[in-house]
Amino acid sequence: MKWKRVAITGVGVVSCLGCGCEAVSAALRAGRSGIVVDEERLELGFRSPLTGTIRGFDPKDWLGRKERKTMTDFSVQAYAATREALTLAGVADEDLRNPDTGLIFGCDSSCLAGIEQVELLRQSRETKAIGSGHIFRSMTSNITMNLNTLLGTQGACWSLSSACSSGGHAVGQAADLIASGRQQRVICGGAQEINWQSMCSFDGLGAFSTARDEPQKACRPFSADRDGLVPSGGAAALVLEEYELARRRGARIFGEVLSYAFSSDGEHLSVPSRGGLQRAMNGVLQRAGLQPGQIDYICAHATATPAGDGAEADNIHAVFGDAKPWVSSTKSMTGHELWMSGAAQVVYSTLMARDGFIAPNLNFTTPDDHSRGLRIVTQTVDESPRRVLCNSAGFGGTNACLVLGFDA
Amino acid sequence: MTEEQIITTVNQALAEEFELELEAMQPAASIYADLGLDSLDTVDMVIVLEAAFKFKIRDEEAIKKIRTLQDIYDFVQRKMAELS
Repeated sequence: MKWKRVAITGVGVVSCLGCGCEAVSAALRAGRSGIVVDEERLELGFRSPLTGTIRGFDPKDWLGRKERKTMTDFSVQAYAATREALTLAGVADEDLRNPDTGLIFGCDSSCLAGIEQVELLRQSRETKAIGSGHIFRSMTSNITMNLNTLLGTQGACWSLSSACSSGGHAVGQAADLIASGRQQRVICGGAQEINWQSMCSFDGLGAFSTARDEPQKACRPFSADRDGLVPSGGAAALVLEEYELARRRGARIFGEVLSYAFSSDGEHLSVPSRGGLQRAMNGVLQRAGLQPGQIDYICAHATATPAGDGAEADNIHAVFGDAKPWVSSTKSMTGHELWMSGAAQVVYSTLMARDGFIAPNLNFTTPDDHSRGLRIVTQTVDESPRRVLCNSAGFGGTNACLVLGFDA
Repeated sequence: MTEEQIITTVNQALAEEFELELEAMQPAASIYADLGLDSLDTVDMVIVLEAAFKFKIRDEEAIKKIRTLQDIYDFVQRKMAELS
């Protein structure tokens, strides 16, 4: 079977760096962090009050009350990001309503509706008093079920759950469906709820940074002084299309998904292995027909946990050896966008390539034994990356790697 | 509560819950075809009516028979009469 090329024709984002591609690209270039202190978390007994936060986004600007009734906050953000991506792609709504257009998003939780419905039942003592929206909002497929209804797509429609690599696998599977000829166009991405309820038990594991005096300096991926991740969220969306279809209709092609590979560790639930991500990186290079030296930027998974960054750095050394691509983790600015992050990295990398820069890995001061020898981007690089490898990894040891191409 | 008060209360409650224009809320308007409600919305309509009139609606068959705004006004009137 001859695999088809996969074009990126639209991107959209709602993140703690801003709402929309222009604001987010400017923040990435300037190295501006979106991390804040949420005092309520301290009062509630969190170890860490640090979180990403979405500013300037009003769900009412996007959808009416009836539509929002069955949608989580992050699904409305996913809708807004999708609308931005479709506008950039120049795809009219009537061109979405066919079996060759699909939807795949990464998402692995929807916490609030579950809590609210139980509270409502306890108060009212009758299930019919809960209302019609909660059952839909409590599902992790909330994004795709609602987008499918709102956009009228008739092809693939599902959400994919693989912890913090959900967004990466969603983009990868979307690309594979196009490459194999099963879909012509897939709207894909990832979204992540931001609320203390969904993060309290994660906070209890002791994996979050507690450096709250200077929130913007809290997240320090790859740096020897890192002390944990900062939870964050929002939504990232892409329009992927079969390359020839995009070219024929005269779309602006921002870049290509050159290949996707996956692997799993088969080891520990929460400690990444020394081999898993390596297998996915080797696989993605092989599928793209590229040597390590042909990658000029690694958009790393690195979340700023001691164990996770160390394992990723070791895996990068093992695959890349003397080839020294630029490496940065955009999580140094965004925090860890969890289920969204793998898709957000593809959007961020596409914006870097479009706007001519490589975003810095903020707060990197000192290498440790693992990150020593990596070419960490400490200051914004004023050149477009041409071939980017995006890493993402999740609990359970599930890894997604994507290679993106931005040949002019 | 007068008939007029019932009509006003129903219209305001539904207009707010379902973002409806008050001008569209004519007695003969079909809640489905004209006002755009669906079967899920009727679940929330019951909750809204219960809150607006401070009564409990147990008769689900009667709710299923509602087609127009006038049907709702009549239903509420009957319910209020039962309770008084």
